[in-house]
Amino acid sequence: MKAFEYASPTTKEQAIQLLGAQWEEAEVLAGGTDLLSLMKTFGATPKRVVDIQGIQEFQGIDYIASSGLRLGALATLSELIDHPAAQSNYPSLVQAAGGVRSQQIQSFGTIGGDLCQRPRCWYFRNGLGYFPKDASGQDLVRQGENQYHAILGNSGEAAFVSASSLGPPLIALGATLRIFSKDGSRELPVAEFFRTPQQESDRETILKPGEIVGEIHVPPAGQVRNATYEVREKEALDWPLATASVALKLSEGNVAQARIVLGHVAPIPWNAVQAAKDLAGKPIDEGTAAEAGAAAVAGATPLSRNGYKVQLARVAVKRAILNAVMGGA
Amino acid sequence: MPEYRWPDRNERQVLGKRVSRLDGPDKVTGRAKYTSDVNLAGTLHAKFLRCPHAHARVTSIDTSAAESLPGVKAVRVIQGPGKEVQWSLDDIAVVAAVDEATAEDAVRRIVVEYEVLPHLVNEDDLGKAGDRTKQPSEQVKGDPDQAFQDADAVVEGEYGIPVITHCCLEPHGQVIDWSGETLTAYQSTQNISGMANQFAQPLEIPAANVSIVQDHVGGGYGSKFGADSWGLETARLSRETGRPVRNFLERDAELFVAGVRPSGFARIKVGAKKDGSLTAWEAESWGTSGLSGGGISMQVLPYVINPPNVRKKHTGIATNTGPARAWRAPNHPQTCWLTFAALDDLAAKLGMDPLDFYLKNLNLTERPDLYRKQLIRAEELMGWRKKWRARGQDTAGPVKLGLGLAFHTWGGRGHNSTARLVVDPDGSVSISMGTQDIGTGTTTVIAMVAAETFGLPVNSIKVNTGRSPDYPRSGPSGGSTTVGGVCAATRRACQLALEELFEKVAPRLGAEPSELEAASGRIRVKGKPYRSLSWKQAASRLGVTPLEVTGRNISASRRASDGKLIDSGVAGVQMAEVSVDTETGVVKMKKFVAIQDCGLIVNEKLAESQVYGSLIMGISSALTEERIMDERTGSLLNGEMEFYKLAGLGDIGQLVVEMWKDAEQDARGVIGLGEPPVIAPVGAIGNAVANAIGVRVPRAPFIPRRVLAALEEKGGLYA
Repeated sequence: MKAFEYASPTTKEQAIQLLGAQWEEAEVLAGGTDLLSLMKTFGATPKRVVDIQGIQEFQGIDYIASSGLRLGALATLSELIDHPAAQSNYPSLVQAAGGVRSQQIQSFGTIGGDLCQRPRCWYFRNGLGYFPKDASGQDLVRQGENQYHAILGNSGEAAFVSASSLGPPLIALGATLRIFSKDGSRELPVAEFFRTPQQESDRETILKPGEIVGEIHVPPAGQVRNATYEVREKEALDWPLATASVALKLSEGNVAQARIVLGHVAPIPWNAVQAAKDLAGKPIDEGTAAEAGAAAVAGATPLSRNGYKVQLARVAVKRAILNAVMGGA
Repeated sequence: MPEYRWPDRNERQVLGKRVSRLDGPDKVTGRAKYTSDVNLAGTLHAKFLRCPHAHARVTSIDTSAAESLPGVKAVRVIQGPGKEVQWSLDDIAVVAAVDEATAEDAVRRIVVEYEVLPHLVNEDDLGKAGDRTKQPSEQVKGDPDQAFQDADAVVEGEYGIPVITHCCLEPHGQVIDWSGETLTAYQSTQNISGMANQFAQPLEIPAANVSIVQDHVGGGYGSKFGADSWGLETARLSRETGRPVRNFLERDAELFVAGVRPSGFARIKVGAKKDGSLTAWEAESWGTSGLSGGGISMQVLPYVINPPNVRKKHTGIATNTGPARAWRAPNHPQTCWLTFAALDDLAAKLGMDPLDFYLKNLNLTERPDLYRKQLIRAEELMGWRKKWRARGQDTAGPVKLGLGLAFHTWGGRGHNSTARLVVDPDGSVSISMGTQDIGTGTTTVIAMVAAETFGLPVNSIKVNTGRSPDYPRSGPSGGSTTVGGVCAATRRACQLALEELFEKVAPRLGAEPSELEAASGRIRVKGKPYRSLSWKQAASRLGVTPLEVTGRNISASRRASDGKLIDSGVAGVQMAEVSVDTETGVVKMKKFVAIQDCGLIVNEKLAESQVYGSLIMGISSALTEERIMDERTGSLLNGEMEFYKLAGLGDIGQLVVEMWKDAEQDARGVIGLGEPPVIAPVGAIGNAVANAIGVRVPRAPFIPRRVLAALEEKGGLYA
């Protein structure tokens, strides 16, 4: 770990001032479950670490039936998992947070941190960046151990998968998030928060140096049925191989509106727009759920060793839809 | 000389009881101090510069920027210009500095230039090994060609299991305090008594001046017998700086350079008669132990079951990867899986329940009766007959259940060990031995043997281990040899001590020494318990001189006078029940049954605990555990605990452990246990997966990628 300056502001204004105009100058520390491990391996070498845990207004989870769920960016995964209104109205969120199986990460890891965490790609974590190449310019991911890599959204250079657990259900639920900077604040759909980096200096979100995610707003669940399904190698702490979060509005037994978002299959949470559209007007049963799964991965472009993830994503979508409507987790 | 033997079963007061480990409270409260907790005043921190290439020659090295960094006390070049480095993360240079961050900063300032050389890091494909293959060796027994011709059923398959690592929770490391003429090594080790000479010779210091200290060790599994190159460098830094120096490996180095288990792959052909008698075996195997080639040993392939006609050929593949070390039951887990996979496929072809197939062929094993009894008992605990269905007899729904079994063997004869026993005139008892408790409960079983022999409470016995040369020599904890070694040495010491004590107190009790016995905290006349002295009163007869005796176990000894305290050779049967989701390829453990004998069971609770730990290790190896190397860069990709995947509580299912306690096995004396139960899980689980989905998943670990690939080959069950 490189020596760094530590700051612990208590207001967002102080925090923003402490953040630099370049990524190398400062990193935001919330739960620290990702940043600390990156710093230990020199995957992050900020000159200053800005610990935002003291900012009260970014804390807590509130639910009002008429306006929905407000998630402070500093609320922990445990707070989300234990929140009764979240459990009853937003099972897709609670299931996704529960999928982070480490009690320690659930207790320390924050909702904002989940959205901002860096890729788990082992080439990235070994210091080779988003687009690892060998000395001869060969693409290490495409020529190498890509079993955990992207099957969708990988037409550019990036082939890592977004590590966010909460991104997919938040997008499926139509959530927005609020970003604070020296110029004030702005709100945008979570769906627009993630992006695929085009160059090494990019990040995996639209967040710029000097900006902080403060809170997330999830619209009222109303009659929206929602669920997250994960396929994983281990029940204990592990990164899922593929996940699907779905949110369905039903009308007289048929789907009125659907959102289907895949996780861990693309550099961003993957919004399967067409699959969701195709589902509209249909009843939910084993057959329509399976069709939606197939549609969600119709454009998949698997790499040499991850073709199996296409099948996993397809099944995750099918099972998430069935769980959302029939119950079960 | 007393007659060395264990008390009759019905007379035992302590042995065989479920005594909780004596160091348990210290461990769960954090009072237990591991070597990595040692923190001496003025300690410097050592960090190694590690080679980023799998194969390279050092052409130049410039340490000046590191040397001039404030806080840096020493910089040593380990592999300088001209040296050929054969695997990544190998030591190039080392820095000692006032704290870890400074040492790390300094390491990053060292500039090394390399001439990069060609490498090979993956060996799963024999066809791609090229000139990295070592000269194959071949063995033939009987007439395999004829036997295959005469066979009614023949199956061929290719099976494999990759390199896995020891993955010690406490990484390899030490704190070395070289002060004047003496060197004290606080070493994380499973080899207290064998350590001093490993420092003495290369460092040219008299072995008598080297002290080894360890109170608790956080895992070794066969990888912590040596002083290690990094231990010697740490010692040199301590000599150079005159201060204690500490080094513990980073996690990636721990997983890569401090010990791995060799891989094993094999193309296997087996043949049997219609009635299921196994007649022929042919295998071409390969694998790697690192640069030396190696891989699994052909000596234990086929495993446990020895067909009359055998041809086998093995090729070691030299890879640019960290060298293998003994991993809990070396060779056996790999060859057990390869063997039982092939035989399970043969049973399926014959249309036989594998349980019947093995019962039919037990005459080809060394312990047919014991395996038969254990198979029958395991069947009861698993409910095998009720649950078992032939492959391909499908049930509704995507999740399929399956059963598999495998069995194993191991030696486990107690190693050379010397116990020094002191009975003080105040009645206190202490036993000192240069052994180590690697988490197996060694200190607890020593105390139990003494308590049994003296008729005293277990917690009244003080056991001293983990120091050299302060305590008499004992063996390294490898090969499951510790429990036999320390128990036999302790029993002898205790019986000798009693003999002397009886001499002292016999006149007082008006009896002959031979008429006395120690029981229930008293020395008493046999059959006349009212003529007795308390243990304390008896000890006070020693006057002012403590009674000190030495008890030895000599492993190779067959002298009748050494008695029948230990033996070698165990069986053990395991059955797995798994579910496989055929849509996702996810394998889940439902139930696992392990039957294990180990001769006389000293402590049933700790024995079961050894089996539980073994099963969890075995389940990891079956379901998720794998070292993953990038062929292009030659580097380790999963050098951390997120993608080096070990099973957690949610992954292990129901574990049913039953220790084998019949009189016949008990009469053999104490036999080692740490290794045998780790052998069969991959075989049992792999066969359960095949039984569930009707097709063989040929390579462990049985992750969704491989399970789905096998299903696809079968005809796309999920497509």
